[in-house]
Amino acid sequence: MKTFKSLRLPAPEAVDQAGSARVAIKILKIVGLLALLVVALLFPQQLSPDTATTGIAVYTLMFAAAATAWNIFAGYTGYIALGHAVFFGSGAYALGVMCKAWHIGNSLLGGGADLSLLFLHIPADYAPFVLVPLAGVIASLIAVPLGWIALRTRRHTFIVITIAMFFVFQLLAENNIANLTNGQSGLEFPIPSWTYPFFNFPFYYAMLAILVLALAASWWIRHSKYGLGLLAIRDDEDRALGLGVKTETSKLVAFVISAFFVGMLGGVWGYFQGSIAPPFAFDALFDVIVALMAFMGGLGTLAGPIVGALILEPTRQYFTLYYGASGYYLIIYGALFLVIVLLLPEGIIPTLRKWGSWWFASRANLKHIASDTEELDQAGPVVVDQAETGEGVNL
Amino acid sequence: MTIYIEAIVTGLLSGGVYALMASGLTLIFGVMEIINIAQGALVVLGAYLSYALQHYFHIDLFLGLLLTMPLMFVFGVLIEWAFIRPLKRERTMFSILVTFAIALIIEGVLGLIFTTNLVTLHAWYITASIPVGGFYLPYIYVFGFALSVILLGGLYWLLYRTEFGKSLRASMQNRTAAELIGINVERVSAITFGIGIALTAAGGMAFGTTVPFNPGSSYDLISRLLVVIVLGGMGSLRGALVASLALLVIEDVTSVAWSPVWASTVFFVLLVLLLIFRPQGLFGQREGRKQ
Repeated sequence: MKTFKSLRLPAPEAVDQAGSARVAIKILKIVGLLALLVVALLFPQQLSPDTATTGIAVYTLMFAAAATAWNIFAGYTGYIALGHAVFFGSGAYALGVMCKAWHIGNSLLGGGADLSLLFLHIPADYAPFVLVPLAGVIASLIAVPLGWIALRTRRHTFIVITIAMFFVFQLLAENNIANLTNGQSGLEFPIPSWTYPFFNFPFYYAMLAILVLALAASWWIRHSKYGLGLLAIRDDEDRALGLGVKTETSKLVAFVISAFFVGMLGGVWGYFQGSIAPPFAFDALFDVIVALMAFMGGLGTLAGPIVGALILEPTRQYFTLYYGASGYYLIIYGALFLVIVLLLPEGIIPTLRKWGSWWFASRANLKHIASDTEELDQAGPVVVDQAETGEGVNL
Repeated sequence: MTIYIEAIVTGLLSGGVYALMASGLTLIFGVMEIINIAQGALVVLGAYLSYALQHYFHIDLFLGLLLTMPLMFVFGVLIEWAFIRPLKRERTMFSILVTFAIALIIEGVLGLIFTTNLVTLHAWYITASIPVGGFYLPYIYVFGFALSVILLGGLYWLLYRTEFGKSLRASMQNRTAAELIGINVERVSAITFGIGIALTAAGGMAFGTTVPFNPGSSYDLISRLLVVIVLGGMGSLRGALVASLALLVIEDVTSVAWSPVWASTVFFVLLVLLLIFRPQGLFGQREGRKQ
């Protein structure tokens, strides 16, 4: 049985067990995901008609989607971008400018007719949502030259350049570039005629839709050949290039995809806010919070950014609500931030997965002791290896 | 013509102060490969320390540095020991998050103690000025520049004329090799971080004399400092010096020749153009392959 050991092949029985466990986990994941989706769909009307809570839910979904979109680029390629607020703000401003220029949506100054698209009839209040994908497209068009320049550099320099670009855009908005942004005083959006508690619902579902789309895109990329190329870039860019991955195009495409989703979120956010101003549309905290959420949940995993957002954003909103006026809010948030990074450096999802594989490994080991065969002793550690490295599904 | 000369002179003089703050940042990056996002907040903290000493104990701003600089040095060593040293993998990435958190906490504490109202430092040399050619130059610009020259000269002496400087530069070139030949890199790192933070105390004081500040001023500062060290080449002291002088001169000249609102945009655009052709910055080394 020497070859068996040296090759470290898993014993058949162990494979069988690990395999069935994995199928069970997969089914659990799918069922859990569907249940979560149902809860998310029913949340506003059935579970919480309270306006403050649904408002927090809108922001939470927004950040979950933003962190997922950020992760598509940064998590998969390993390039930490700290300037995604550029696309968020650009999307918000793009939607605001379009609504103003084309008189779309319900405004107090009159105007705002219903919209007829092909055979669809869209009430004026919902019309701005139709333009949201266009706002995403504009944000991704902006991302093309920015990404092209920034991605010429790597690692630290890349991080710093994205930060610098963020400040350039904030400044451009403040300086009323091409008379579009209306400078410091900001831009007014159309005001929907909905009343509270209903008011939050359309925004909630818009954010949810973008989150589902972003998650689908993230899942698809994670399981495609293209996504493999991105992961190869993260692991060793030069070797990936040598092996035939078109690194420059791949990175740029991922950058643009993530900008598209973040731009759409910015558009919906702007309509939700009613009016936007440069320091809020281009918010330095947005850059870092999105990154922190992905880090906390697990960089480069599918569910990680969402888990991070579900934990961090409600906490932040709560602190702002109760300690917003004082410095306590910043201190508590900063301390939370420190604790997460120092105690959970790998993120929640990878840590859980590690514990899970330990658990399976220890169960497998117990079984071998019971069956008392020499060969199977090897199986314990092998299962650990498999569970840690194999399987791309990271839900 | 005089306004251009004035712009260039004030740009050079205040550029010296930025060089002071940026040299700490680039030194820390060079030795430890971490990006200290809290540098901006620490500069503001330094300014508030000087403000507190002056306001409550009537200690002169420059004399107060003898107290605030050692204090900030100790603070820096403590931060390094408590929060930076535990980071074992992906240091650069995690250091950004950790130091950002530290910056948030500093901002929060300063907001609690001093509120968010804008504060200015007062001294005779801030309001008085000397006539130079066709314009008046406030004394503080000259004093601040002199302070930068003295401190940067001291830093140069420390780096190139002492045993500690030798071990610091060795750690900068190759961390592992430095460790192998018996340099206590952890100690060097802690002291470097302390020095970088101590420099912000002086930089903060000089910054606070020319610009009104509040706890939120750190965002604008850190963005400028980051741009300065990228332009100069990350980890290059000479680069940081040249870049900070260039930044301030270009800003001052633009605001005179065109408009103050576009002052920093011009610099950012220049930065982006430079990076297209020289991704490693002015004096930086091309990044090698990740091991």
